[in-house]
Amino acid sequence: MSIMNLHAIGIVYRKELTEWLRDRRTLISTVVVPLLMFPILISGMISITSVMLGKAEKEIPKVMIIDGDDSPEVIAALHEIKDLEFVPYAANWKDQISNKEIRAAVQIPRGFQASLASGNSQTVEIYYYEGEIKSDFGARHVEKSLTEYKDKIVTARLKAKDIPASVISPFEIKKENAASPEKVSGAGIGSFIGYMVIILSMTGAMYPAIDLTAGEKERGTMETILSSPISRLNLVLGKFLLVFSASLTTAILSVISMGSSFYFIGHSQAIASSGDHSLQMNLGWISILAVFLMALPLSVLFSAVLMTIALFAKTYKEAQSYLTPMTFVVVIPAVASLMPGVELSPKLALIPILNTSLICKEIITGTYHWNSIALIFASTCVYAAAAIFLAVKTFQRESVLFRS
Amino acid sequence: MIEARGLSKRFQDKKRGEIRAVDNVSFTCQPGKIYGLLGANGAGKTTTLRMLATILEPTDGTAIVCGHDVVEQPEKVRANVGFLSTATALYPRLTSQEMVEYFGRLNGLDEATLKKRVDDIFNRLDMNGFRDRRCDKLSTGMKQKTSIARTLVHDPPVMIFDEPTTGLDVMTARTIITFISECRDQGKTVIFSTHIMSEVERLCDSIGIIHGGKLLAEGTLDQLRDKYAEHNLEEIIVRVVGTQFANSEA
Repeated sequence: MSIMNLHAIGIVYRKELTEWLRDRRTLISTVVVPLLMFPILISGMISITSVMLGKAEKEIPKVMIIDGDDSPEVIAALHEIKDLEFVPYAANWKDQISNKEIRAAVQIPRGFQASLASGNSQTVEIYYYEGEIKSDFGARHVEKSLTEYKDKIVTARLKAKDIPASVISPFEIKKENAASPEKVSGAGIGSFIGYMVIILSMTGAMYPAIDLTAGEKERGTMETILSSPISRLNLVLGKFLLVFSASLTTAILSVISMGSSFYFIGHSQAIASSGDHSLQMNLGWISILAVFLMALPLSVLFSAVLMTIALFAKTYKEAQSYLTPMTFVVVIPAVASLMPGVELSPKLALIPILNTSLICKEIITGTYHWNSIALIFASTCVYAAAAIFLAVKTFQRESVLFRS
Repeated sequence: MIEARGLSKRFQDKKRGEIRAVDNVSFTCQPGKIYGLLGANGAGKTTTLRMLATILEPTDGTAIVCGHDVVEQPEKVRANVGFLSTATALYPRLTSQEMVEYFGRLNGLDEATLKKRVDDIFNRLDMNGFRDRRCDKLSTGMKQKTSIARTLVHDPPVMIFDEPTTGLDVMTARTIITFISECRDQGKTVIFSTHIMSEVERLCDSIGIIHGGKLLAEGTLDQLRDKYAEHNLEEIIVRVVGTQFANSEA
């Protein structure tokens, strides 16, 4: 029976680290991509969105009026609305909206003007292209103007009957945020931190897990290393430590990169002046550190599981095809934790990935439920230990190592 | 010394069922001698040698290598063995020197001894010109020299070579053959498998002919020539295998 030898594990780890640092593909996937991905993605998304919003805001929407021949005063009032271009009626108005030739259409009901005069209520319909930003803007503009027109009529009617305006508005409603900027930030973009740490610690482990197992078989170095006196237990542990290091490095670099991107964008003039704290990075370093501590056993679990699965493959490509479905296994519970209404319960605390993702969401807002934290940390440690045991056992199976 | 005692290895194949890759093979290799294991592809040579190097575990039987049992003390066996085959590749992103040093450390050499051993080997094999070059940038000959250095770094008393010259050009193959010969001169126990008859005739002190996982004939080249009344080794193998085939048919 082999015993654990830290010196031997260290020799394997140092060698694997040397090779890892010399591999351009590794450096790109572990260091360059996480460092550049977030600044590029976030600034790209923000600039594209602001360009699109700017264009939509600047555009004078084309709007068509349907019917309303018997309501000339209403039509005249509509034509007074600024920044709207009214186009003549056409029977194919629905197609024109769908084809983005016009942004919206307003249907005036039959006898509308007469109804207004008699005090009867009718419905004015606005047609638009849902999900299309320019159509959305156009429809909102029309709706706002019609509301103003409606308010004007209400005010005139109240005045005619000598009733004060406060009769229809007995009180005002105002919403104010009571949570600290840290909590707002944690519930906003902060909830993604746990998710990102989990996903990236998995993707960071994937490439080295393949390279150190199936890659080694494909290159013919597996037989070389197996002929050395190192025990398979120490060999697996040395390799595992490298995969684990890669996993952590990717996650740490990604969070630093994501954190700084959000920090700079959140403190940019536009967002800072908007007062929206959910887009600002006001998270405490202790919370982020706590998230990493919770993610540690999960990272161990990923590293060991990915290595075990990749070891079954004979080639790098084969291992990639085995591990691709693993991405869904990790992404689905991680995404589920982000859904509204999914809250931590004793049962969910035992489901790996989902439990860590949920507790990270709480930690990041500064809420520490110590019982849940202990249960989740302990259960994930048990899963991680089982995964390492499985990896060691798999490395001792000749049918896996020399699969033909 | 190597002493194989009823070594057997069975594999399970989904299509073919149980395969007896090596079946009750026993032989002895003495220090200062070269034992050649001959046979066609799939005869069981590689599996036998892998069991001796403890890369595979025997299903039945065992072998004693330098006084250590391959089943009971595989790590001690590996510490006494240098294993070289065309399948034992080098780590592409390590330099030639790092590759040799890595295996020296895995074999438990301290840094001072390791440095001395590496310098000695690199001088002896004329490898100083490429010691800092990455293995993926080495020529085939340089790679083979690095592999030899890797097997020699812990100065093992037993050397196992599995078809070490397969696919190599004449000059590189010659380096390997000379190296095997030197191992014998240094008093090491050497076992090697091949299907190149000229190598056997030139190097081997005793020969084992393996076919279908069974050791069918064993002896010195002269003993085999006398027994089968053939001079040519190739003809001897055909006779040995043919007799076995005829027996199994009957």
